[in-house]
Amino acid sequence: MNASLETKDIYLDAHAHGAKDLAGHQWPWVEQTRRRALAQFAEQGFPTTRDEEWRYTNVTPIQRNAFHPAPKDLAGLTLERLKPFVFPDLPCHRLVFVNGHFAPQLSKLCKLPAGAIVSSLAGAIDRGAAFLQHHLAQYAPTDRYGFAALNTAFLVDGACVYLPRDVILTDPVHVLFVSTRRNEPVLAQPRNLFVAEANSRMVLIESYISLDDTRYFTNAISEIVAAENAAVEHYKLGQESAEAYHIGGIYVHQHANSRFVSHNVTIDGALVRNDIDVLFEAEGSECILNGLYVASNRQHIDNHTRLDHARPRCSSREFYKGVLDGRARAVFNGRIIVRQDAQLTDARQENKNLLLSRDAEVDTKPQLEIYADDVKCSHGATVGQLDDDALYYLRSRGIDAATARHVLTYAFAKDVLNRMTLEPIRSYVENMLTMRLLQGQTIEKLA
Amino acid sequence: MLSIKNLKVNVQGKPILQGIDLRVNAGEIHAIMGPNGSGKSTLAHVLAGRDGYEVTAGDVTYLGKDLLAMTPEERARAGVFLGFQYPVEIPGVSNIYLLKAALNAVRKHQGLDELDAIDFLALIKQKLKMMHMSEELLYRSVNEGFSGGEKKRNEILQMAVLQPTLAILDETDSGLDIDALKVVADGVNSLRSPERAIIIVTHYQRLLNYIVPDRVHVLTNGRIAKSGDRELALELDKRGYGWIDAEVGQAGSTAQ
Repeated sequence: MNASLETKDIYLDAHAHGAKDLAGHQWPWVEQTRRRALAQFAEQGFPTTRDEEWRYTNVTPIQRNAFHPAPKDLAGLTLERLKPFVFPDLPCHRLVFVNGHFAPQLSKLCKLPAGAIVSSLAGAIDRGAAFLQHHLAQYAPTDRYGFAALNTAFLVDGACVYLPRDVILTDPVHVLFVSTRRNEPVLAQPRNLFVAEANSRMVLIESYISLDDTRYFTNAISEIVAAENAAVEHYKLGQESAEAYHIGGIYVHQHANSRFVSHNVTIDGALVRNDIDVLFEAEGSECILNGLYVASNRQHIDNHTRLDHARPRCSSREFYKGVLDGRARAVFNGRIIVRQDAQLTDARQENKNLLLSRDAEVDTKPQLEIYADDVKCSHGATVGQLDDDALYYLRSRGIDAATARHVLTYAFAKDVLNRMTLEPIRSYVENMLTMRLLQGQTIEKLA
Repeated sequence: MLSIKNLKVNVQGKPILQGIDLRVNAGEIHAIMGPNGSGKSTLAHVLAGRDGYEVTAGDVTYLGKDLLAMTPEERARAGVFLGFQYPVEIPGVSNIYLLKAALNAVRKHQGLDELDAIDFLALIKQKLKMMHMSEELLYRSVNEGFSGGEKKRNEILQMAVLQPTLAILDETDSGLDIDALKVVADGVNSLRSPERAIIIVTHYQRLLNYIVPDRVHVLTNGRIAKSGDRELALELDKRGYGWIDAEVGQAGSTAQ
């Protein structure tokens, strides 16, 4: 408990010293938002495993380290070094953040339709963009579990995309969060806001990557609004360093007849927690949550999803798959709330896990709370191993054991990839997955 | 080519093969027949290298090498092919991937380059035609949703592509209608050559009308109780397997 208090103090202290450099001082509402969240964080601190939502994920490793916001310093970082993490065949807008700071010289902004905004959040705040006050910090709940409050208390920077009515953004926006080695372990708190007004359409890609094998803490929040008839497709690619901690929250509000699709792939990081909360605020909306987590060694990956069917006639589809090796541990918690008013809800959830080693562990928990009576809801969770018969069959055709395991593991994960609509991203993920799985085999062979 | 001497195998502690002796020379086709539970499939899988079989005695030499010391993939690359009685469904792995990976593994072992895409496809198309299979099957997951007949044809297709030195066909005829049986038999016959040997494991004589064996062995209770030529298979078809047991029993009591 002491440790926790001390860690909390470190952040409060950092806030006291660094807040003056943050964007938006000239706007009282921004300051107010920060002050309120800071007070909430001071009160909450970090969650413990006594909190039901954090029962299987212990965040004390995060508290044992003193993470500090990094100074704005690119240290000679060039686009060349980011090449492995961008999509060569995908025309897109690109926003790059290094240790939490916007790096305009590494970013690329193409021509935008009238009224559309693709920018850094701090830039948008300073310019006083009108839609901000209406949306910023309105969706991520700061009254639970500390992390969202901590992020909001700083409201540092991140990506900001705004599409007015009827605007279709043809090219996706790629937001790249880069971590580099610093003397002190870095705290980076990306803060993203994506607003799609009525009938608009956008595709977003958030990548979290590291250029060095180093320890840092990413505490990220994305708020997403899909207004009436709007469509938002969102990719999150988690490739943090093997020593990094990542706590990420995606908070989505869907208005009538809107569509939100999330592809959430985590393949690296020491401790990763993803929260995806979707609220159906009005009728007739659709949501797809597509996810894949691959963990080995002592990695811990926790995915908590929450679909709040508050209004009638909405449909949600959730497909999460996990591959666990070594002593890795994963958590999947899929909460679906169907409110009394939400008749004709159609919700389906599926979580499948593949354990490649004896010591890997997964805790999977569907959590359906249904208060309406005319609904279709289903869920299924499986935990299994590679099929010995299939392994033998492949080997009997001359394919070596390691490759056979790799092929079967890849085949298991493949349908998650197949749901991704952007081919360049699909092949990027395919590539990262292949590299990741092959690496896993080397480890397995040595053991 | 293949020499099995006094092979004894336990499965889950239970003796299944109780002293098999068998010699197969290049250019020969052998049929191993026998009632259900006699150990036919066990023998096939022991030769292919499946886990879970405990060899308690005997040895198996293939092309002068200790076959039992090799992994399943080493055996396959050295030219051993098992046509499965129950081909395994592998969702997410396409048939064409399997064919390509398997062929390249064998070619690599033989010191040959990988086939390029054009040559590979030409080869596959020719074999597909021989097996009366549609090209569409190449892009489906291995055996997934295939009918029983399609699965068996797919096994022979793999065999035709891999051109094994020793092919073991485990109950390849089961579940095939007469037309499919002919196609499968044609596929097998096309592989007949002086350098190659084929072992056909079967319960019924039927397939042997189309693939004429040089030698027929009857396996009962984990032993080869009787060997003969093609006539033996025809006799089994008429009289069943009961008389073999009786004969073996008699021989046993005479010996006492």
